Amino acid sequence: MSAHAGTAELAGSIPMVPMTTARSGGGPAPVRIVVAYGFWIFLLSDIILFSALFAAYAVLSGQTAGGPSGHDLFGLRHVGVETLCLLLSSYACGLGVLSIERRHLRGFYLSFALTFVLGATFLGLEITEFAGMTARGAGPSRSAFLSAFFSLVGLHGAHVTAGLLWLSFMVAQTVVKGPRDFVRRRLLCFSLFWHALDIIWVALLTLVYLMGAR
Amino acid sequence: MLGKLSWAAIPFDQPIPMAASLFIVVGVLSVLGLVTWKGWWPYLWREWLTTVDHKRIGVMYVLLALVLLLRGFMDAIMMRTQLAIAAGGAQGYLPPEHYDQIFSAHGTIMIFFMAMPFMVGLMNFVVPLQLGVRDVAFPVLNAVSFWLTASGALLVNISLVVGEFARTGWLAYPPLSELAFSPGVGVDYYLWALQISGIGTLLAGINMVTTILKLRAPGMTYMRMPVFCWTALASSMLIVAAFPVLTATFGMLLLDRYVGMHFFTNDGGGNFMMYINLIWIWGHPEVYILALPAFGIFSEVIATFSGKALFGYRSMVMATLAICVLSFLVWLHHFFTMGAGANVNAIFGIASMIIAIPTGVKLFNWLFTLYRGRIRFEVPVLWAIGFMVTFAIGGMTGVLQAVPPADFVLHNSLFLVAHFHNVIIGSVVFGAMAGYYYWFPKAFGFTLHRGLGVVSFWCWFVGFYLAFMPLYAVGLLGMTRRMQHYADLSWQPYLIVAEGGAVVILCGILATIAQLVVSIRTRASRRDLTGDPWEGRTLEWSTSSPPPAYNFAVLPKVDSLDAFWAMKQRGLRVAAERYQAIEVPRNSANGFVTAFFAVVTGFAMIWHIWWMAILGLACAVVTLLVFGWVERVEGEVSGEQLAEAERARLRSMEPA
Repeated sequence: MSAHAGTAELAGSIPMVPMTTARSGGGPAPVRIVVAYGFWIFLLSDIILFSALFAAYAVLSGQTAGGPSGHDLFGLRHVGVETLCLLLSSYACGLGVLSIERRHLRGFYLSFALTFVLGATFLGLEITEFAGMTARGAGPSRSAFLSAFFSLVGLHGAHVTAGLLWLSFMVAQTVVKGPRDFVRRRLLCFSLFWHALDIIWVALLTLVYLMGAR
Repeated sequence: MLGKLSWAAIPFDQPIPMAASLFIVVGVLSVLGLVTWKGWWPYLWREWLTTVDHKRIGVMYVLLALVLLLRGFMDAIMMRTQLAIAAGGAQGYLPPEHYDQIFSAHGTIMIFFMAMPFMVGLMNFVVPLQLGVRDVAFPVLNAVSFWLTASGALLVNISLVVGEFARTGWLAYPPLSELAFSPGVGVDYYLWALQISGIGTLLAGINMVTTILKLRAPGMTYMRMPVFCWTALASSMLIVAAFPVLTATFGMLLLDRYVGMHFFTNDGGGNFMMYINLIWIWGHPEVYILALPAFGIFSEVIATFSGKALFGYRSMVMATLAICVLSFLVWLHHFFTMGAGANVNAIFGIASMIIAIPTGVKLFNWLFTLYRGRIRFEVPVLWAIGFMVTFAIGGMTGVLQAVPPADFVLHNSLFLVAHFHNVIIGSVVFGAMAGYYYWFPKAFGFTLHRGLGVVSFWCWFVGFYLAFMPLYAVGLLGMTRRMQHYADLSWQPYLIVAEGGAVVILCGILATIAQLVVSIRTRASRRDLTGDPWEGRTLEWSTSSPPPAYNFAVLPKVDSLDAFWAMKQRGLRVAAERYQAIEVPRNSANGFVTAFFAVVTGFAMIWHIWWMAILGLACAVVTLLVFGWVERVEGEVSGEQLAEAERARLRSMEPA
């Protein structure tokens, strides 16, 4: 959803009282702390959004309405490659943020290009999986199990899509404006977002694919 | 081209909706006409529509709430009138399909667009001032939150004119709200309005949590924060934890309705009780999202007007946080009749009763604060005492219904309806009215008319008892909720009394409107130049009324609870030798423009106008990207300007 991409953009543009220390009682915290903290809270709320869908999936995973179950549909090799792409893209993203903190622009561009390619590959694999299932007559309206599956995995995919859009935007901004303070704050938020998607994917891999493929 | 939208969407053949539509359309057009005629658009755009000042955003939230209170109340009095006459063979004047829309709209509007904006607005206005800082953590995001909430309210009101509203009750339970049983656009209006405003509320919650945890004046440790800030923190944490569940639940229902999924359908393996579980996992914390800030307001009001520090500050904080946690552990008491089994029901019943303990702690703290205080019976104190009496009764009927066997009898009866109006009007509405009167002089620099405030209180108080006590009785006699007419004539006298109560409440609302008009017209004689009209204890009273855009010329240094009271005791003026330049955020049209496209997208989705939905969403994304691209250049107030403003303020405070 657009709101997700939007939050961080807005978060980056905060003006606040410049103050000295961040200790409790020491007055308002510096901008970098405030932005990252606010973004953490947003990520927590996003994880709660996912947890509602996880709960729905747990309730509905057995409700196949006579249609195919996870055992019939999931290919663990395919999912393994997806997982590898996503985790490696996060590693690349981490390297990119370290590079920009050291003002090492070439390393940053290289790492973020790799992040993008790996993220896009993940998304491509997911779309292939969805298309294959739908073609076999196992689309989201086939059964409650498949509704929950497509919504949960699809919501994660939508987040990855929004992340790729955001990533492109941030690279463009770095090219034009250089590694300025507000650009680096946003990159920090982006990397938090990208890592959070990993955490959700690990839960998803376990609860949906590994437990469902048995 | 226009999806499901056609001229048939406008109910030309039904006189009552047409009259209401006409009223709204004429009202909106005359306001817009007046603004254009007077040439106020540049002023409105510059000072309000694009403002990112937390105080003005707070004022706009409260204004939105007051307008929507009128809309929600009109629905209420129409229902009461219908039930006062539709007894025996009589059918009343509202046909069932219209009556169902009215009770659904009443609940939706009162909770989401009256109570929520009222509380969020007061938090927005007060919290940064009480914390002694210059704005919330993310001022632009704050404006976006407000305008998204306003977008939702707009969509609900468009449904009155174009199309219809949901006939499913305020929580739209499936399977009734599924496409098979509600094929019209009513449920879609409900869902999109609440999805859009829900995102706004979530962002407001994130903003408030960050503000309270990361931005406080030097020296303001957690245990020196005013109680209202604590309740605002608890309420905002609940928003962050609960609203995503609402978004997810409505998202699933939307997927069912739009792409034929089977989350809550009768067929395909769907499970509609899952919706009811999920919606109440949001819904019960929501009750406390509304009530906790109200408790905070009463704490401030009672301490201030008793001239004493709040009794048991620490226990008050602990009780607030205990309620915050417990509110997530009781959702199942809304549907004991689901049949989860005796043990599950017992656990949730006991958890529900336990909430009465921290609430009781709070009540006794307020009583002990009043005890031997020098109480000034200003209007907010009347609301606070009215609250304590009313809320205690509502709380007891709540504990009664927390007993599962009793609940099996009372479930879905008017007893339940009386109970939740008892607690919500008793705490949230009374608290909002107290806060409105209490902080009005801070926002505008003049006090409200006292006499009309007293009239408003007594009308609301008496009207509430007249309107809802009969509903307890008639509920025990067996009347269920959401009935458009009834056969049993022995219920009618109770419902006629309830109608009388609604009329008395109407007088209270009219008194509030009159109070605002009279106070504005006589504002010259009711100016408050001190900034501290009530002998306040907390930092918001240490700055001028209305406060400057930057709130405080110098951030106050806090070294105790009730910081401003302590400063006054020591005879300290908040003045400095030297003033440092302050960065003040510039206006941003981001919120207004984003919300405009949110309305376009929502309206298009409701009517299945796909091209318009894609266009609206694309424009919203582009808006965010454009505003994200342009680096914000902030304004600055120089040290000399600050010194001049402060000198002028101190001069005006000198006794003439």
